[in-house]
Amino acid sequence: MMFEDWQAFIAMGGHGLYVWMAYSVAVALLIANLTGLDRERRRTRRHLQAQLGNRTPGGLDASEAP
Amino acid sequence: MTLKQFWHRLGSPKWFFHMSGPWQGAFAVLAVLLLLTGMTWGLAFAPPDYQQGNSFRIIYVHVPAAVLAQSVYLTLGVAGVLLLVWRMKMAQLVLENLVGFGAWMTALALFTGAVWGKPTWGTWWVFDGRTTSTLVLLFLYFGLYALRQAIPSREAAGRACALLAVVGVINIPVIKYSVEWWTTLHQGATFKLTEAPAMPASMWAPLLVNVLGAYCLFAANLIAKLRTAILRQEPGAAWVRDWAAGEVRP
Repeated sequence: MMFEDWQAFIAMGGHGLYVWMAYSVAVALLIANLTGLDRERRRTRRHLQAQLGNRTPGGLDASEAP
Repeated sequence: MTLKQFWHRLGSPKWFFHMSGPWQGAFAVLAVLLLLTGMTWGLAFAPPDYQQGNSFRIIYVHVPAAVLAQSVYLTLGVAGVLLLVWRMKMAQLVLENLVGFGAWMTALALFTGAVWGKPTWGTWWVFDGRTTSTLVLLFLYFGLYALRQAIPSREAAGRACALLAVVGVINIPVIKYSVEWWTTLHQGATFKLTEAPAMPASMWAPLLVNVLGAYCLFAANLIAKLRTAILRQEPGAAWVRDWAAGEVRP
């Protein structure tokens, strides 16, 4: 660890605002990106299952249950 | 499997879907692990820069974002050639589904650059070679998006976007060499193929980890978006219905 304590870590030698702004936006984008990919996958699957509809009753599997 | 067979199969959405299943999760997990490691390392354990102090730590998110912004565009350019010359189906899907990811990465590179520029250069923004050519890259992504929206025919839109993607590739070397052609504010490249980095390993090692993590994120996005697009393209195909019914894993 390059910092004496937590306060120094947060302060980043006076550049805390800039460093934490850059990192928080990057992490937020990363989370939004990965959860978005998973949401898309589930939505597509549900959509296709709805189209199948009557043909395969109970087509929902455990991973899709709420 | 010979290279030629592999090439032909890569052009088949069905083959790609079945082959890529295990990979998308693996790349996503690897991306998260690498990026968390690199960011923690860069924030807390890398030494501060002797001139820039701690604001230099922004490099660990800025460079991976910028690398992806350009790599995604290059991928679109290659897909453009494959579509225009060989009418490859998968190339069309790449062109249709990767623009958003590239645009977001370019926006992140510009944002983290601005936030780094303020304490380092004294300004959020300056029209120097690197920043201006990266802004042009963002507009190229916007252009690809707008062009697709504007043309109703999928095939015509695909060809128009392919052409724009290919022509726009000329901006990539401009971004790369901008720091050598116009010496204004942006610093030079951290990693070069021909020489060792000017920074010590304790500084560039976490950056390397994050760049690798960024490429894993790219791979995860490419695979996931292609798989979703393939399913939507052929909702009536028997193998798609089997997958939706949970009869085929994954």
